[in-house]
Amino acid sequence: MRIAVASGKGGTGKTTVAVALTLASQEPVVYADCDVEEPNGSIFLRPEITNVEKVLVDVPMIDEAKCKACGDCARFCQFNALVSFNTPPLVFSDLCHSCGGCAIVCPTGAISWKKVPVGEISFGSSDGGRISVVQGKLAVGGSLAPPVIRKVKSYLSDNVFTVVDSPPGTSCPVIESLREADYVLLVTEPTPFGLHDLKLAVETVRELDTLFSVIINRFDEGDSGVEQYCEEEKIHIMVKIPHSRLMAETYSRGGNLFDAIPELREVFRDIPLIIQRGVEAQ
Amino acid sequence: MKEIVVISGKGGTGKTSVTGCFAALAENAVLADCDVDAADLHMLLAPEIVKRTDFVSGHEAVIREDDCTACGICREKCNFNAINLTEEGKYRIDPYGCEGCKVCVVVCPVDAIDFPENLCGEWYFSHTRFGPMVHAKLGIGQENSGKLVSTVRREAAVKAKELDRDMVIVDGPPGIGCPVIAAVTGSSLLVVVTEPTISGKHDMKRVLELAKHFSVPALVIINKWDINPEMTEEIEKETLAGGAHPVGRIPYDRDFTVAQINGRTLVEEKTGKAVDNITTIWEKVCRTLR
Repeated sequence: MRIAVASGKGGTGKTTVAVALTLASQEPVVYADCDVEEPNGSIFLRPEITNVEKVLVDVPMIDEAKCKACGDCARFCQFNALVSFNTPPLVFSDLCHSCGGCAIVCPTGAISWKKVPVGEISFGSSDGGRISVVQGKLAVGGSLAPPVIRKVKSYLSDNVFTVVDSPPGTSCPVIESLREADYVLLVTEPTPFGLHDLKLAVETVRELDTLFSVIINRFDEGDSGVEQYCEEEKIHIMVKIPHSRLMAETYSRGGNLFDAIPELREVFRDIPLIIQRGVEAQ
Repeated sequence: MKEIVVISGKGGTGKTSVTGCFAALAENAVLADCDVDAADLHMLLAPEIVKRTDFVSGHEAVIREDDCTACGICREKCNFNAINLTEEGKYRIDPYGCEGCKVCVVVCPVDAIDFPENLCGEWYFSHTRFGPMVHAKLGIGQENSGKLVSTVRREAAVKAKELDRDMVIVDGPPGIGCPVIAAVTGSSLLVVVTEPTISGKHDMKRVLELAKHFSVPALVIINKWDINPEMTEEIEKETLAGGAHPVGRIPYDRDFTVAQINGRTLVEEKTGKAVDNITTIWEKVCRTLR
């Protein structure tokens, strides 16, 4: 089973929840960090890194001897990654989505591929091997998170309990992270910003037609808007995590939820079972 | 005209609350919300929308099922796994997987794939109690957030010129990817709002690398600094090592949340330590710009 932890708004406690689910699990578990722009799960899980692999994408390479400077490739490219002024095209690798189209339309076969790195995947384990960590990290200056996310997902299996830490927001990297999840936990906070962004996240998950519920972090710190909204929309609230200054301080040092609020461990241990029942009932 | 971009790397550090305060303190600015994915600044500034414009960008591939012969070539050539075989044996494009590259359109032997323009969101020009504002809403799951960010920035700059305003204050997106790059490149100054946590430090370092990569000067604010004073000092050292400057600290103050609930900025709500600190920070930001 694959549970993705997501949130519209950043900083609501997405990573805290994903790490808590991982730590509380009784069985082998894979923690997949798909928040590749700012992957932070490893700060709290402290895996021993066993392997690091570059994420490579294909970008076009022009054979100038074969190129007739017709400009077909540049006209075709939807991402402006090729520019031609009656010359062999210039390639802007940062803009390339690696769709392969330029090579298909080139009439002289002048385009081949070279690999460029856009990020890296780290593999590691903690808790005596019970927890496996697969972390994606976008290179600084790289703009396209989805290829790195796809690479992380390529290492995931349906047979192992997997927790996916997704990026914030609702655009393409989020969709890429949530696409194959069996269930989504949306983490929010009880503030106007939290509620506004939760509504966007709910819209996203409903579009994807995935089962979901909500976790309210620092539930006693804001207003009742989120709870009212969940009631109106008949959205299940899985857990309400209290606000505590101790938690904020513990988090700041890389401590996890249970270091601050040990009694929540049991609650988080049961979440996968509750979800499993919900998924099976469907 | 100067352009200040407020970013954070990590989400939830108080970027938008700080931007709201800057908006209230600035005297002659145009405001821009470039967090187009989950825009929140409007909840503090209550913009009155004057003009809405559709944001059309890129294309989307759509198979005409009646003309499709189900040969499967499109699916084979799609590098994004965006084409699914349905139970009825037809091919269908998943709009959330499609990146609009057009490969399927050109490889289809019977021209059964349309390629209409994609409406991905809209952007607005508005009035607020602190001056003009440009903001936007990206459609759910849309590509092209970077292009929408660029549109908002461009339109805000146009308004600043038109209305003779000398500054644009931009609320930026979280992260370091395509929308952040679109918000940062060519701006005058970055203000990075971080928090004294290991995650905050980690993400701030990546943002400062990004600032360096695009040669934009950066100032760093540590919000909720008293949650972990040692970490605050460490981050200030990292800031200097990363080629940026610490510009001030803001204490943890629950009234940020109260102000947000009241739909106002903290500097309008009250006086006190956090407000004094933000006001001093704003003065320093303005001096840095000059």
